[in-house]
Amino acid sequence: MTTIAEEKHEGMGKYLIVYLCILALAGLQFVIAYQNISASQMFRRMLSVSLIEAGVAVMFFMHLWSEKRGFLLFVVVFTIFVLLSMQFGWTDSFRLVHCGGYCS
Amino acid sequence: MSQADITMQGHSAGMLTDRPFAIPTKKLAMWLFIIADTMTFAACLVAYGFLRNGTPNWPRPFHSIVNVAVMTFILLTSSLTMLVGVQTAKRGDKAGAFRWTMITALCGIVFAVLHIREWLGLIGEGMTLFKNPWGTGLFGAAFFSVTGLHITHVLCGVIALIIVGLRYKGGRYHADDIEVVGLYWHFVDLVWMFVVPFVYLLNLAH
Repeated sequence: MTTIAEEKHEGMGKYLIVYLCILALAGLQFVIAYQNISASQMFRRMLSVSLIEAGVAVMFFMHLWSEKRGFLLFVVVFTIFVLLSMQFGWTDSFRLVHCGGYCS
Repeated sequence: MSQADITMQGHSAGMLTDRPFAIPTKKLAMWLFIIADTMTFAACLVAYGFLRNGTPNWPRPFHSIVNVAVMTFILLTSSLTMLVGVQTAKRGDKAGAFRWTMITALCGIVFAVLHIREWLGLIGEGMTLFKNPWGTGLFGAAFFSVTGLHITHVLCGVIALIIVGLRYKGGRYHADDIEVVGLYWHFVDLVWMFVVPFVYLLNLAH
């Protein structure tokens, strides 16, 4: 039961570098948390770092980068499409906070 | 039997036996589960974000980042030990792979203990699902739902790691099974990368 991911012999050195990168990115989020910036700016910065962190973890820790390109596309495109389609309600949360839910 | 029947049978057999994307069945099933579970967590985090954004007096109860930093370090390190376990299993070193899988499970247990200790601390300060001393009662429900779903995944992962590790050591499972449970463990780690900034760091008391 061999796959493309298994056929590529990868050393632990590469994983150690990826681990240190992820650790550094996680540390960066803690630094951002103590910056004197607005909540929306902080949210944007943290989301950006989280997305990079998750991308690195999926591609290298979960070996998606070593799988067939078709499978990579299937996972990435399908997941991103559904995740984006969940974001339609945000404007309503702004309406709630600004108008107490009573303005249209 | 006509030529069309033979062609149809051959076609059906091909559809049943070919592996999609040349991926082993268990691994593909785990990937599909991970995609589905991503949607579950994403829905929880979006709902949490909606509530947080739409509520003016959202509490910021966290005074220290030490506990969450240690938890993050442990979970990230457990992903590395899982990778070592998978690589060791692929080399055929059963004892080594079992050892690293158990170390990963141990990291998961330590993470869960720290998490529960934190929960008990917050409950001790008066936070429940429906009320807390700092602001809107929605905070407790949102916090316990998101972190509770995650810790449930961690505990399920620990159980899966122990079972798969023992069966691999006993010869019933193969290196592929360690890889499949490893995929799940990395996913649990990946979700934490979003829970920490949005649930903890954005709610730090300044």
